[in-house]
Amino acid sequence: MAQLTMVQALNKAIADEMERDSSVFCLGEDISDKDGGFGGAFAVTRGLYEKFGEERVLNTPISEILISGAAIGAAMVGSRPIADLQYGDFIFCMMDQLCNQAAKMCYMSGGQVKVPMVLRAPVGATQRGAQHAQSLEGFFTRVPGLKVICPATPYDAVGLLKTAIRDDNPVIVFEHKKLYGGKRVEAGAIAPVGEVPDKEYTIDFGKAEIKREGTDITIVANLLMMYRAMEAASHLEKEGISCEVIDPRTLVPFDFDTVIKSVKKTGRLMIVHEDTYSNGWGAEISAYVAEHAIYYLDAPIVRVTTYDTPIPFSPVLEDYVIPSTERIIESVRQLMDS
Amino acid sequence: MEAKMLLEMYEQMDLIRTYEETLYYLFLEGIMPGSIHQSHGQEACAVGMLYGLRKTDYMASTHRPAGHDIAKGVSVKDMMCEMFGKEDGCCKGRGGAMHTGDITVGAIPANAIVGGNIPISTGIGLSLKMQKRDDVVVCFFGDGASNEGAFHEGLNGAAIWKLPVIFVCENNLYGASTSIKNTLNIEDIALRADSYGMPGEVVDGNDVLAVYAAAQRAITRARKGEGPTLLELKTYRIAGHSRSDGCAYRDDVEEAEWFARDPIELLKNKILKEKIADEQILADIHEKNEQIVNEAVDYAIEAKEPSVDDVLLNVYWEGD
Ligand SMILES: Cc1ncc(C[n+]2csc(CCOP(=O)(O)OP(=O)(O)O)c2C)c(N)n1
Ligand SMILES: [Mg+2]
Repeated sequence: MAQLTMVQALNKAIADEMERDSSVFCLGEDISDKDGGFGGAFAVTRGLYEKFGEERVLNTPISEILISGAAIGAAMVGSRPIADLQYGDFIFCMMDQLCNQAAKMCYMSGGQVKVPMVLRAPVGATQRGAQHAQSLEGFFTRVPGLKVICPATPYDAVGLLKTAIRDDNPVIVFEHKKLYGGKRVEAGAIAPVGEVPDKEYTIDFGKAEIKREGTDITIVANLLMMYRAMEAASHLEKEGISCEVIDPRTLVPFDFDTVIKSVKKTGRLMIVHEDTYSNGWGAEISAYVAEHAIYYLDAPIVRVTTYDTPIPFSPVLEDYVIPSTERIIESVRQLMDS
Repeated sequence: MEAKMLLEMYEQMDLIRTYEETLYYLFLEGIMPGSIHQSHGQEACAVGMLYGLRKTDYMASTHRPAGHDIAKGVSVKDMMCEMFGKEDGCCKGRGGAMHTGDITVGAIPANAIVGGNIPISTGIGLSLKMQKRDDVVVCFFGDGASNEGAFHEGLNGAAIWKLPVIFVCENNLYGASTSIKNTLNIEDIALRADSYGMPGEVVDGNDVLAVYAAAQRAITRARKGEGPTLLELKTYRIAGHSRSDGCAYRDDVEEAEWFARDPIELLKNKILKEKIADEQILADIHEKNEQIVNEAVDYAIEAKEPSVDDVLLNVYWEGD
C-alpha cells in the first residue's frame, strides 16, 4: 500500500498502462522531461521519458488541433494515445477534433472504427485569470460519443485512468489543479494524499461513491467541491444536520441510481460544482431527478455553483465566484429551512 | 505493363464518373435522399494517387469522397446502399454521402469538416511509424482546406516527426463559390510545403500519369521513412459544388478551357493514339461499369432500411 498524491497516482496509472500495453503512448506540450523539460505542466508525466523513451512520451508543438487530431488518427489504427492539455481552457482550440471527429467517428462510420483515446485536462480556478481557470466538464457531457470522468482521489485517479486508457472510446479526464499535490503549490490547494494498493485494480465507469452517509440531505459534488462539501458536512453535523455526500466520479456515464436512491432517503438534493450555474452538469442532474424522483423530494433542488462569469483574477473575486465551504454550509442551512 | 495500367486506370475513372452521374440523376428524379458533391473532372487525381496502393495503406477523404473511395477499392454496392441510407451501406446508413469509406480496404470513413482529416492523417502516420509499418497515408483535401488552421498544424506535425503522409491538395480553383483569387495570395499552394520543410510539387491534376508519377515519388519517400510530401494537383470540377449548384460564379471562357481538358478524354485519347485499345474496348469497359452501377442501384433500392430500434448502436464502440 503506497501513499500517493494525485500527481503520483496519475503518473503511476499511465506508467503501469504503458508498461502493460505497448500501444499506449503520451503526447502533449512539454510533457517530456528530457533535457530539462517540464514533464508536463503539472509534472504528471515526469519520469516517463526515462522509462519509455522519446517516441512514447512525445513532445508536440503548441498545436492543440494537432495533439487532438494526431491522437484520434493514431487511435483509429491501433494505438492508445493519452493526450495532455496544459490547461483545460485550451480545449476550445480542439473543439472540432473532439466533438466532430472523436465523438462522431464510431457512429457515423456505422461502427467501422473506434477511437480509444484519452485526453487529460486540468481544470479549476487558481489565480491565473479567466483563460487558465474554467471548469469545463459540463460542455462535454452533452456530446454523445464522449465519456467524461473526474477523479478526485489518488485511489480513483489510478483506477479510473486505467479504465479510461483501456476504454475503446474517447474519454476526457478532468483533473483539478488544487488537488494535484505536485511541485507547483497552488494557493488554497488541498493536495490530498491517499492510499493506493500495490495490487492491480481498475474502477468501472458509472459508479458513484458515497463519501459520507447521511439522512437529511444529499449533496452531489465533484473534484475540489467534493472536498468542500465534505468539510461543510462535518461542520453541519455539529448543528445536527446529517449530509450524505456523493462523488459521481464519472459524469458520462452518470450513476443516477445511486443519487436517486439517496434522494429517496434524504428528500433533499444539492449539487455543488465549479462549473457554471447555467447548464453546468448539475442542471442535467437536477432535471433528471425532477423527472424521475420528484415525489421523493421535500424541497426544491438547489445548485451551488460558480457564478455565470468568466473567472476573475482578483483573489477576492475568484474566491467569491467559486463555491466556498461557507457558501455550501449557508446553502444547506437555507435548504433545510425550506 | 503500362498498357494494363492505363486500361485499369481508365476503367476506374470511368466507373467513378458513371457512379457519380448516376447518383446525380437519381437526385434529380427525387429518388435519392440527401445531397452529393461530385468529383466530376477530378477523377485523375483520385486514380493517379491511389492506383496500386496496398490495402494496408490508408486514404483519408473529404466531403467529396466517391472518387477516392472507388479508387481505394470500396465496393460500389456498399457505397450505393449508403447513399440510400440503407443498413447494407458501408456505414450502415449512419454516415451518408460525405462519410463513405471502408476501413477494411484502408479507406478511412470520409470527413465533412473541411480540413478535419488533415491532423487525423498525421496521427495515422504517427501510429504507422510507431508500429514500424512501411504503409502510408494519402490525405486528400481542397484548396479551401489549405486555409484552415488544421492544415498548418497537421502538416507541421507530419514534417517534424517525418511521418509517411502524402498530403494531396486538389486545387480546383474554388472553395464552394469562392475563387482562390480571393482566398490565396500565392499562385501555388505547393509553396506552403517550404514553410514546413517538406517537398512540395505542382502537378497537372487532369493528367492521370503525371499524378501517378508524382504519387510514386511521394509514396516511395514516405515508405523509406523520409517524411511527408505536399502535392498540389491543379484541376477543375466540371460539375457544381453540390447538387443544386449552377456555378454562376464561373465564367464561360474558364469553363471551356478546362472542359476541353477532361481527364477521362485525355486518357482516352492517349490510349487510342498509342493503340493500347480501340473504341470498342473502351465502350465495353463503360458498359461493364454501367452494369455494376445499375446493379448497385437496383440492389440499394430494394435493400432493407435500418431499424429504428438500433439507433443507439455505435454511439459508443460495441466491442470487437
Ligand atoms: C469547417 C467547414 N467549414 C465550411 C464547410 C462548408 N463547406 C463544405 S465544402 C466547402 C468548400 C470546400 O472547398 P475546398 O476545400 O476547396 O474543396 P472542394 O469542395 O473544392 O473539393 C465548404 C465551405 C465545411 N464543411 N466545413
Ligand atoms: Mg476547391
